[in-house]
Amino acid sequence: MKPEIITGAEITIRSLQEENVEFVFGYPGGAVLNIYDAIHQQTVFKHVLVRHEQAAVHAADAFSRATGRVGVALVTSGPGATNAVTGIATAHMDSIPIVIISGQVPTHAIGSDAFQECDTVGITRPCVKHNFLVKDVNKIASTIKKAFFIASTGRPGPVLVDIPKDITTETAEFIYPKTIDMRSYNPVVKGHSGQISKAIDLLINAKKPMVYSGGGAVLGDAAKSLTKLVKKLDLPITNTLMGLGGFPASDQNFLGMLGMHGTYQANMAMQECDVLLAVGARFDDRVISNPEHFLKNPKKIIHVDIDPASISKRVKIDIPIVGDVDLVLIDLLKAYQEVEKNHNKKLISPWMEKIKDWSDTDCMAYKDDGSVIKPQLVVQKLHEVTKGDAFITSDVGQHQMWAAQYYPFDKPRRWINSGGLGTMGVGLPYAMGCQLAFPESQVACVTGEASIQMCIQELSTCKQYNLPIKIITLNNRYMGMVRQWQEFFYGNRYAESYVDALPDFIKLAESYGHVGMKIEKSSDVEGALKEAFSPKLKERLVFMDFITDQTENVFPMIPSGKGLSEMILAKDE
Amino acid sequence: MRHIISLLMENESGALSRVSGLFSARGYNIESLNVAPTEDETLSRMTIVTSGSNEVIEQIIKQLNKLIDVVKVLDLNDGRHIERELMIVKVKATNKYRDEVKRISDTFGGRIIEIAETTFTIELTGPSSELDGYLDSLDKAAIIETVRTGALGIGRGDRILKI
Repeated sequence: MKPEIITGAEITIRSLQEENVEFVFGYPGGAVLNIYDAIHQQTVFKHVLVRHEQAAVHAADAFSRATGRVGVALVTSGPGATNAVTGIATAHMDSIPIVIISGQVPTHAIGSDAFQECDTVGITRPCVKHNFLVKDVNKIASTIKKAFFIASTGRPGPVLVDIPKDITTETAEFIYPKTIDMRSYNPVVKGHSGQISKAIDLLINAKKPMVYSGGGAVLGDAAKSLTKLVKKLDLPITNTLMGLGGFPASDQNFLGMLGMHGTYQANMAMQECDVLLAVGARFDDRVISNPEHFLKNPKKIIHVDIDPASISKRVKIDIPIVGDVDLVLIDLLKAYQEVEKNHNKKLISPWMEKIKDWSDTDCMAYKDDGSVIKPQLVVQKLHEVTKGDAFITSDVGQHQMWAAQYYPFDKPRRWINSGGLGTMGVGLPYAMGCQLAFPESQVACVTGEASIQMCIQELSTCKQYNLPIKIITLNNRYMGMVRQWQEFFYGNRYAESYVDALPDFIKLAESYGHVGMKIEKSSDVEGALKEAFSPKLKERLVFMDFITDQTENVFPMIPSGKGLSEMILAKDE
Repeated sequence: MRHIISLLMENESGALSRVSGLFSARGYNIESLNVAPTEDETLSRMTIVTSGSNEVIEQIIKQLNKLIDVVKVLDLNDGRHIERELMIVKVKATNKYRDEVKRISDTFGGRIIEIAETTFTIELTGPSSELDGYLDSLDKAAIIETVRTGALGIGRGDRILKI
């Protein structure tokens, strides 16, 4: 067969096709013009033109979160790459597999402070799983292959490939490697069998067992095995913010989310348990708060995680099990079956009674006299109207916590938010990524009037691609979470947290060609949501501006640095 | 506690900055860092001298292993090892000091590699603490310039870092 000699730009595109890429989110510019020219001449994947590079990376990130596949973004050199950095760091903190292709100035110009030059590999190094600068056209294909392999295996994460412009015009034979073997990168997949039987032994003999699962259980597609194991052993379970949907929220074993704004029962059970099974979670500061306080109640901790560096990072682990969480959970189930006959489930009855007492505090209750729209009510009604089956994206702040608290997720990959980096502005581009991946599904972006303005330009992208996203803005005319902290810890001095000079969101939405709705009465909430999700508006983006209670706070709340059992509850206020 | 960590990594551009960036980003101490090619031209060997509690050292090893370009990591302090550092020192050596500098250098096994009109340049190899001892023995005011490689280390006997 005659060797296929094509340009670097074509090799880049062909490599993406070989990876079965469906969407490339991007924005053109000088250094990537050759790549864009090659995109123009192909029809295998679709390019989605965003309005800001940050949104390209967020959308690719959400595509991955919703589908489990690798998301792809394409940006130009210099400002294209620096604009992408927030998106890359966001994906990195939540371990999301994406590949970012960035253009670079020609190799001979690198280091000369050329127009639109920046050290992209240097700037992104701390916020990627790995990155590459390709200096040889013969290495484009193998580098892209490596990028997808690294992004999607082990603990996933973003990988950036920086390609200088001259390399995209040079030619080479196109050979896409079928497999990749890297002597320096061999993630562990299977858990240690000795550790697995020790773990089961601890769990069945525990008097106060508890399960805590995080984003790793969702990203590792382990929801099924996790649910099976928890139901089989009949254990109480909580999810982190990133782990929501990893175990069905409507199940009776579920205690709700834990952490800074977790439920009373979940946090108390975490604090007082004697054996803890942690699955794909990393004991971070927003989850266990103060580690010394957390360990005041002695407990044995079993930690299942794909990343050895997550083990004993903040809390000393007794039984580490490094491996693919789904495979480890399956092995745990097998190990349990062998000793099932010795398992006396009555052993934990007093513990379950105690948990029931904690649950009876009804920590999620909120006062609603109907005089003003309560943000919690909007989320609850959204859950009803969408039958709990929508993709919910959120921005960052109070609305994010209310969405997490009042929209119970029964399925994984339905709750799409920035947990680690906490990036305001992700909500709308996240919704774009979900809607493109699942055109027939309902996608709602729960946001605030401050967050939504951080990527509002994407309303234009939504128009171009007819994305019928429903934007649920909980508009309290404040940066709510900042205001809440200022109320609690800064003597009500609301420094710069009031959002003044807000736009008329209805007119704004309309000017982009969308539908706008303003909802000011509590009694109108349900009707408005029903209308937005009705067949009449099925094809339209609806921007819903809910004017909500200006001073509502998120409860329960653990003040920063305090212990899990030191929550402030709504009734204390 | 002070640890000498040796690692083999792919000889790629930017590999060094991945390691140094890791130490600064995570706030780990770094006393010295040495990197050079090995007999296998595709690999570089790096020796890092760091300090920290056992927990911190454990995290450092894990985080180094997590770097994609890193092939193998060995904490030399986990077993018996040999440590060596090379130092070159330029000292003031005028009439009355010339004999004394020579005597001290001989005691530490140093070699005078340049004799100039008013200075000696001495080469000295040994564990880092021994080099410190040599410097302490000299009159501080006489030391003009010092240059050190940072410690290198190798396991004793069959403790080998190789792929």
